[in-house]
Amino acid sequence: MVKSEVLKNTESSHKNLSYWGEVFYRLRKNKMAMISLYLLVVIIALCVFVPVLSHYSIETTDMQNRDQAPSFEHWLGTDKIGRDLFVRLFYAGRISLGLALAVVTLECVTGVVLGSLSGFYGGFIDIVIMRFADIFMSFPFMMFCITIVAVFGNSVTNLIIVLALLSWPSIARIVRGQILTLREMEYMEACEALGISDFRRIFRHLLPNVLAYVIVYATLGMASVILTETSLSFLGLGVSPPTPTWGNMIQEARNTLIIQQKWWYWIPPGICIFISVMCFNILGDGMRDAIDPKMKR
Amino acid sequence: MKNYIIRRIIQMIPVFIGILFILFFILEQAPGTPVSNMMIPKMTPEQKAELAQKLGLDIPWYERFVNWIGEALHGNLGYSINHKKPVVEVMKDYVGPTLLLSLVSLAISVIIGIPAGVISATKQYSITDNILTVVSFIGISIPSFFFGLLLLKNFAVDVQIFPLFGLKNPLLMSTNPVDKALDVAWHLVLPSIVLGLGSTASFMRYTRSSMLEVIKQDYIRTARAKGLKEKTVIYRHAFRNAVIPIITLLGFWIPSLLSGAVVTETIFALPGLGKISVEATMTRNYPLILGINAMLAVLTLMGALAADILYAIADPRIRYD
Repeated sequence: MVKSEVLKNTESSHKNLSYWGEVFYRLRKNKMAMISLYLLVVIIALCVFVPVLSHYSIETTDMQNRDQAPSFEHWLGTDKIGRDLFVRLFYAGRISLGLALAVVTLECVTGVVLGSLSGFYGGFIDIVIMRFADIFMSFPFMMFCITIVAVFGNSVTNLIIVLALLSWPSIARIVRGQILTLREMEYMEACEALGISDFRRIFRHLLPNVLAYVIVYATLGMASVILTETSLSFLGLGVSPPTPTWGNMIQEARNTLIIQQKWWYWIPPGICIFISVMCFNILGDGMRDAIDPKMKR
Repeated sequence: MKNYIIRRIIQMIPVFIGILFILFFILEQAPGTPVSNMMIPKMTPEQKAELAQKLGLDIPWYERFVNWIGEALHGNLGYSINHKKPVVEVMKDYVGPTLLLSLVSLAISVIIGIPAGVISATKQYSITDNILTVVSFIGISIPSFFFGLLLLKNFAVDVQIFPLFGLKNPLLMSTNPVDKALDVAWHLVLPSIVLGLGSTASFMRYTRSSMLEVIKQDYIRTARAKGLKEKTVIYRHAFRNAVIPIITLLGFWIPSLLSGAVVTETIFALPGLGKISVEATMTRNYPLILGINAMLAVLTLMGALAADILYAIADPRIRYD
């Protein structure tokens, strides 16, 4: 009796929610995912509002106060030419997170458009697009990034294009697979009978059903792009100084003296990368469970 | 099955040529021709043209692409000016440490990751499971270079247990092969942990979700109802089916390990393919870049093929026609 009442209550509390409302309701119950979301909001807020929090700029050098450990004046210390590392850390976050967002947006748009064309039309278009997807998936990832950088130089724009170019095939495959199944459903037959245009059928009737998967993929994609960008910048092949990113700030630590004695150079950016990647991973996982409760572990 | 493999290999050829074509096209866009490094400003235009002709640079790039493929089929990938050796020789010199490092890390991740995943799944929601899940999230999220530097700081700089860099101790005088092997193994401990951590965590996650899916199935309930021991149910009935997708994963994993090796080798200054490819980028050594890319692309495609074949061997239900 009690049990059925509880069941009734939980059901009625989110009964008249929309699809997305219900997804969000389930996500809110996942503590780990919500903590990750809040942490990400904090990190993003710090990156956005860093000019308000500190009066130093990323370029101001101060030779008298160089190489200093964290103090009240400089919250995360200063580097070898006296730049404030707290400010640099969060300006670097702007680049690292902004770049990841740009890459993920670009790859999702490309992947969704090509994947849905491929799944919807099939035949020759499908073969051509999927062959290209095969080619881009078989590129040795890191080596290819390195090659592009060697040829075109390491600018932020180049990096965004390369990373998006190499990662669209996975999202295209997911979208294509979903659309292949959806295409056979009865409501699509109804669309055809009603004479709705192909464009509307793809973008109004098919894609909304795939959107959930794309969002999960995009969240997990943020994590992997941050990791790739920081690794490349660390190797000196991504974004190059003086533009700070979390990756090239850690580059300083390839010096034994800094590893041994000056933790403030490289530990904070490392922790920032680690926390944001982890939060995106946990949030993505939580969203997958929220979207498809049947798949819940 | 045999027909399937042959068909797959035939399908791979256009993909491979496509990869090489794109690479060749991109390297063609590079500023400065390969000759510009070798040219002396005093040379007359005739001498320059002669040099270009000698190097085969006077013909259009697509013709050179066809020539390159022809030569590559004979095992000639060009000449690396910086090393003063053919590209194939250079790659042979450096491929050893990379392969060793990748294989050791792969072994670590299989030996630790898969059992940990099984334990995590059989004790779902227990404390062990929660701890393992957190550890696996940390493993896939920590950037390898940061983890590597942390290990270096703690175990090579602060407490000098492990060597800081390199693959061999230059001061080691012993000619005994066992000593030499131990020395190399000692140098590889930290790099393999760094490279292995991410894949161990991924294998753990894949195994866990795959096991959970299998355990829910009816035949597992039947096996338990028959009164089989829990161990038999898990390891003989469930595990065998759960491991099939993991086996497939192994094939796809090789290229990603080799990518990861680039970063690991740079941190620990190991003389491997990753390190020379970063160097090749800095010195714009295009034949070497092309050679390494081509080799890795072959490995990637072979890995995908191996994954499909292993899948068919592990799961007789899959039929190819």
